[in-house]
Amino acid sequence: MTKSAYDQGREGYPRLSPLGDSAVLVSLGSAIDEETHRRVTAAAAWLKARPFPGLRECVPSYAAVAVHYDPLAVKLSRSGAELRHATVLETVCSRVERLLEEAQTDAGSAPAHGRTVDIPVCYGGEHGPDLSFVAAHNGISEDDVIAIHSGEAYLVYMLGFAPGFPYLGGMPERIAAPRRSTPRTVIPEGSVGIAGGQTGVYPLATPGGWQLIGRTPVKLFQPDAPSPSLLGPGDRVRFIPITSEQYKRYREVER
Amino acid sequence: MNIRILKPGLLATVQDLGRYGLQKFGVPVGGAMDAGAARTANLLVGNGEGEAVLELTLGGTELLLEEDGLLAICGADAAAEADGVPLPLWRPVIVRKGVKIKFGRCRSGCRSYVAVWGGLDVPERLGSRSTYLRGGFGGYEGRALKAGDTLRAKTAGKLSVSLMKSLPAIPDGSGFAAAGWHAAHFALASHLEETVIRAMPGAHFPLLTEESRTGLFGETFRIGIRSDRMGCRLEGAHKLQLRQPLELLSEAVAAGTVQLPPDGNPIVLLADRQTTGGYPRIAHVASVDIPVFAQLKPGDRFRFEAVTQQEAERLYFASERDLQLLKAAVLLKGRT
Repeated sequence: MTKSAYDQGREGYPRLSPLGDSAVLVSLGSAIDEETHRRVTAAAAWLKARPFPGLRECVPSYAAVAVHYDPLAVKLSRSGAELRHATVLETVCSRVERLLEEAQTDAGSAPAHGRTVDIPVCYGGEHGPDLSFVAAHNGISEDDVIAIHSGEAYLVYMLGFAPGFPYLGGMPERIAAPRRSTPRTVIPEGSVGIAGGQTGVYPLATPGGWQLIGRTPVKLFQPDAPSPSLLGPGDRVRFIPITSEQYKRYREVER
Repeated sequence: MNIRILKPGLLATVQDLGRYGLQKFGVPVGGAMDAGAARTANLLVGNGEGEAVLELTLGGTELLLEEDGLLAICGADAAAEADGVPLPLWRPVIVRKGVKIKFGRCRSGCRSYVAVWGGLDVPERLGSRSTYLRGGFGGYEGRALKAGDTLRAKTAGKLSVSLMKSLPAIPDGSGFAAAGWHAAHFALASHLEETVIRAMPGAHFPLLTEESRTGLFGETFRIGIRSDRMGCRLEGAHKLQLRQPLELLSEAVAAGTVQLPPDGNPIVLLADRQTTGGYPRIAHVASVDIPVFAQLKPGDRFRFEAVTQQEAERLYFASERDLQLLKAAVLLKGRT
């Protein structure tokens, strides 16, 4: 039998646990790695494509999918053996477990490949005041930092924290840098930063302690656009260096 | 029907029941903090329960009605007055054009909801009319209301119109007339000496020290000053502690999730919560009590009472049945 993307992989998974009385957390692993990520993406897509009555939405994270439901709608849609369940939670768990078992035996449950999204970044200068710190901290030149940072395709493991904010994986250790000891009171929207071994882009202006190495003129989240979030879970991000002139022109076009 | 904001008070926003389906992109659900009061206010004026309403925080708001209309105020009792005469809560009220509605200090609760017939007419953003302040979208131009803003209501439906006809006429020299009946509002418990909030132990509850486990469901907590639409910080006599530090991956959270950050003061996540969180989840407020919790203000005290999943569901279904009964009662009132 062909192995599906959503296979049992590890002992004891999937593991279902209540998240209050209107959501269930489906754990699929315990680590941040691409194999767990694939299983999370596959499970979330599978559940979303086969919505059971009362399902509100599925929210994937590093190693789990949260299944949010409307308890009353689930209760009113019970049938057969479900009518004997003592709780709506039990009904939801049995529905989710059955769907995931089907996914395991279906080789077609592999998720579609994510897109690769290019994000232009103006590195250094006024847009990346901490580029020199990151370079000095790692004993390399600023150009090296730019080359290394823009030389990878980063996996979007999940979105959270703010609308459109991607949790990216796969930044090379050679450009890791500790957070600032005193956080900035405002980090401008579009800032690209490094915190420890992680890199990220801020979709909105917020306080923060990240080392800022550049800024993108691209909006990660636009509430009025047909697809408001530039990125989705499973996408890959490549940062493309641009000059400050190009940054300016980009901003003008965006307006 | 138009409403002009003369004074917004501490925080006035437009809210409905929130937006679902975009949490995987990091978009919070949002919506009315006390959804029970918002839904009740809508039903009382003959609207669908999910229409957009005004959410007023801690009183102090002043509104001017620019047309005659039907409205209902539910939630916190902020000593509302129409041209100086006390306005009754939890019932439909016809208000005359030109009347000023003034909210004073909150006598109970902290969030009042004003529903007008038809529902507030602001554009839907991502499937909801709720204001998401941090993201700057939804509601009225994505922001808190300011003095001088004018809100329009949609055209009132048939039920609203017949409800209005069923109310007594506005007496001469008065600005309003209220229905002789009202909705039950047992959910608002903050007039009690100490509110009880029912909650279920969360996934990481067993990892707390024995003292902290007893403390969570025994001690009195106070609502901290750093509390807002995202969440409430709790202050107890003792900091809660895990038996050993725990490194967690960010995972989804829900309304009412009680997180424990390293400082030992729990946080209860509310309407504008982030979609994911990386702190231990030590408890979940039962859905039925989220509206009660949302009416607590900084300094208020409460304690948690442990309930089972089954009990939490039973209580929730009972409260939903009460709302369905109110809906049926309003339909009958509109018919007679």
